[in-house]
Amino acid sequence: MTQADFVNIVMPFKDKVFRLAKRLLVSREEAEDATQEILLKLWNNQEKMEDYKNVEAFSMTMTKNFCLDRLKSKQAQNLKIVHSNYQDNNTSLQKQIELNDSVDWVSKIIEALPEQQKIILQLRDIEQYEFEEIAEMLEMNQTAIRVALSRARKTIREELTNKHNYGVR
Amino acid sequence: MVSDKHIETLLEKYDNGETTLKEEQQLRAYFAQGTIAPHLESYRVMFQYFSNTKEETFTKEVPIHAKKRSYIYQWISVAAVIVIMFGIFIQFNNDRPKTFGELTKEEQLVYNQTKEALNLLSSKFNQGASNVSVLGVVGNQFDKGAEQVEYVSEFSKTTNKILKQPNK
Repeated sequence: MTQADFVNIVMPFKDKVFRLAKRLLVSREEAEDATQEILLKLWNNQEKMEDYKNVEAFSMTMTKNFCLDRLKSKQAQNLKIVHSNYQDNNTSLQKQIELNDSVDWVSKIIEALPEQQKIILQLRDIEQYEFEEIAEMLEMNQTAIRVALSRARKTIREELTNKHNYGVR
Repeated sequence: MVSDKHIETLLEKYDNGETTLKEEQQLRAYFAQGTIAPHLESYRVMFQYFSNTKEETFTKEVPIHAKKRSYIYQWISVAAVIVIMFGIFIQFNNDRPKTFGELTKEEQLVYNQTKEALNLLSSKFNQGASNVSVLGVVGNQFDKGAEQVEYVSEFSKTTNKILKQPNK
């Protein structure tokens, strides 16, 4: 496999890997590092890669596991991943106004969801995978996925309507 | 144009996680256009966020040339194996001893001459060795003589005592 072949295989889903990583790790830099690492792992295991029917699904599973491991090790070291994206949202008026934009609230709300719901919501509502594919990636049954997804969607909407009724904070 | 009623049933299914991708596509399309019933505003925010997020792309370069170097190492090891095999091959070829018959006339002559010369040398060498052993015998006798000389000097000491001559 040449570099060009590899790029052609990886191209269609590298952004999906990145967005899933960012969903879990929140910070853009962390997500970029994670994506880089995952693509490198794929490149180094390219012989194995040809064995997998679905490289994309395999990569998403890998991303999920990699990011969860990352989070776990950060927690173990008692370090918090720096959320550079939201770091100083209380300090500047500019940011306050931006946060009033409900769209930004959605990402805040999703951040507070349990990890599994985050992943499922990401794969379904943003990347628009079929339930079948998600089941394969997460090694879960479809019913459990639907239940988690429904919970996530309802939580987001409840939180949003709360924000609308009571204003910011 | 889809009716609000239809959208609302779809949204209920959506909340329960029962919509198909196609139905979700319809919802997305509905919320992407301008006119939305005000009570559905929170859905609009959600769908807008989802489509915004999908725009985000990974821009960092991935250094995937690292593999190249290992190919070089592979070829180096192949070359090393060839060199070693070649060396062993040559070694074995040279070590195989030739029989006397396989030598040319000239070589045989040289071989014989060398052999004779070496024989001569070894016989002379043996003679030389026997001469050296004679020297050894002489040495032995010499030691005995030296012992006897010792007696003589002892004797003269005693004589000196008797004659009360002062010892030097």
